[in-house]
Amino acid sequence: MSLEACVRVTLGALDLCVDLHVEAGNVVAVLGPNGAGKTTLLRVLAGLVRITDGHVVLDGQALEDTRNGIYVPPEERPIGVVFQEYLLFPHLTALDNVAFGLRCHGRSQREARQRAHEWLERVGLGDRAGARPAALSGGEAQRVALARALAIEPRVLLLDEPLSALDVSTRSDVRRRLRRHLEAFRGVRLLVTHDPVEAMALADRLVVLERGRVVQTGSPTQVAEQPRSSYVADLAGVNLLRGRATDDHVALSGGAVLAVPGAGTGEIFAVIHPRAVALHRSPPEGTPRNVWRGQIAGLDLEGARVRVRVAGTIPIVAEVTRAELADLHLDQGSEVWVHVKATEIAVYAA
Amino acid sequence: MTSGVARMRRSRREGVPLLALVVAAAGAAVFVLPLIGLLWRGFGSDVWEALTAPAVRTALWLSLVCSLSATGFAVVFGLPLAWVQARAQFPGRTLLRGITMLPIVLPPVVGGVALLLAFGRRGLLGQWLDEYLGLRLPFTTAGAVLAEAFVATPFFILTVEGALRSVDRRLEDAARTLGAGRWTVFRRVTIPLIRPSLQAGAVLCWARALGEFGATITFAGNFPGRTQTIPLAVYLALETNPEAGIVLSLILLGISLAVLVGLRQRWWSVL
Repeated sequence: MSLEACVRVTLGALDLCVDLHVEAGNVVAVLGPNGAGKTTLLRVLAGLVRITDGHVVLDGQALEDTRNGIYVPPEERPIGVVFQEYLLFPHLTALDNVAFGLRCHGRSQREARQRAHEWLERVGLGDRAGARPAALSGGEAQRVALARALAIEPRVLLLDEPLSALDVSTRSDVRRRLRRHLEAFRGVRLLVTHDPVEAMALADRLVVLERGRVVQTGSPTQVAEQPRSSYVADLAGVNLLRGRATDDHVALSGGAVLAVPGAGTGEIFAVIHPRAVALHRSPPEGTPRNVWRGQIAGLDLEGARVRVRVAGTIPIVAEVTRAELADLHLDQGSEVWVHVKATEIAVYAA
Repeated sequence: MTSGVARMRRSRREGVPLLALVVAAAGAAVFVLPLIGLLWRGFGSDVWEALTAPAVRTALWLSLVCSLSATGFAVVFGLPLAWVQARAQFPGRTLLRGITMLPIVLPPVVGGVALLLAFGRRGLLGQWLDEYLGLRLPFTTAGAVLAEAFVATPFFILTVEGALRSVDRRLEDAARTLGAGRWTVFRRVTIPLIRPSLQAGAVLCWARALGEFGATITFAGNFPGRTQTIPLAVYLALETNPEAGIVLSLILLGISLAVLVGLRQRWWSVL
């Protein structure tokens, strides 16, 4: 199963021109700043915004094609959408929100309600069936929105900023549940977000969108290690390490241990900005923690700055100025000592 | 200097100037005294017998039928009109909005004259209706309904159009991605979302229709049992049977108060 879109839309100040190919095997995140055209792209795929030029094709079947005037309206597309802020119908209960799509697809009231209830059970909200959206918490609303989108058994699932409406305390829990549901979904999965951590935590392929254009695609690791523009570097060019936290330590999947005060417990992401990574020719004095040896695997010039990829027990990217690089006499293959201050490591529950 | 200004401000806030108080009280009296007068005469004498008088009951019944019919007209024609004005993009939309709002500020008598020129026996459409369909609107109950609808429907349109504009269109988008066609979206999402405004608009429209006088008497005349609604009956009764006029006025007052109380949250939240 695959979704292919080659679209051009001009909407006010936005000129969106995107060529996108999403396979069912991947979870794809479209990452970009506000105003980049992410939501518009999603609305185009759902059929809510008409394109000026191009085509949207699902499994070889055109949903829209400007060359021969094909346009399948949103209600006839096998596409489920989880909107930003979830957009649950305020006048319907959680159950009837989920049953809405089933009713539209010709199910009887009884059958729709029964299936809706099953979906609510599946997202763990069987006991909230009678609640109005206003009475639901952000995380619950997100799950109802997900159940509502999935209940119509779409072949494509689109999610617009699925976590941004939530407060930080519930976000990691909801993110974990969301990833489980994304993994269980068999069709094409595409989400848009402005949050790199969210994109990297949920997706295995990133499409970076900037001012209506795709500036880079690749795996989260590729994008993080070799951002192709300073914008991408700022947005996504962070070191993202997966590990298990116990109190003040994080055991990374590679075996190394980082000291991170207050890391908590459980599976986490540790995020380290490349500018917080210091490089030294000799072992730094006084700070024994979070220091390790590595070997320079690559240098990428980016204006006055250089991104240094360091291989070793913890593969990491550092960002230094050209002058610093010259002072250190570093080159491909050089041995370096890497140091990261514990306070520069941000921890997110995975 | 600064403290002097501060003191002046404080003293201003402390008391209401005597002059303002006197003028405000005089203004309030203009509203309060007629109310007291009506209640005093209404409850002070033996007027309740007038209610059972056949003429009064006929007028009451006719008013109810006409005003409800006019409200029905407003819902049937006003809802699509409000939708078109709120959602459709076409040249002349502003003009159309202006014209459908005009009866709110137009003197009702002028509305009645205009209706005569359009639907009267020699009117633009009226002569055609008369000639081909044998349909005559002026001086008939249908004419009274049309006059009331002409004056009252704009209140319904105004309320509903505002509600349609403020609906979160993204909810309608969400419904479409769930498989709802445009009609289903309208029926199952848009209408429930604007329901409070639909109800308020209908009540407002009905209250306006019930009290309609100028357009009705001009276009439909004043025939008991046919076009003589309560306001017309009140006017006529004051000449011959003032007691009945007062009772009917009290009834209208009661209805107005009920509408005011019923819609208080809607209006007072705006203020």
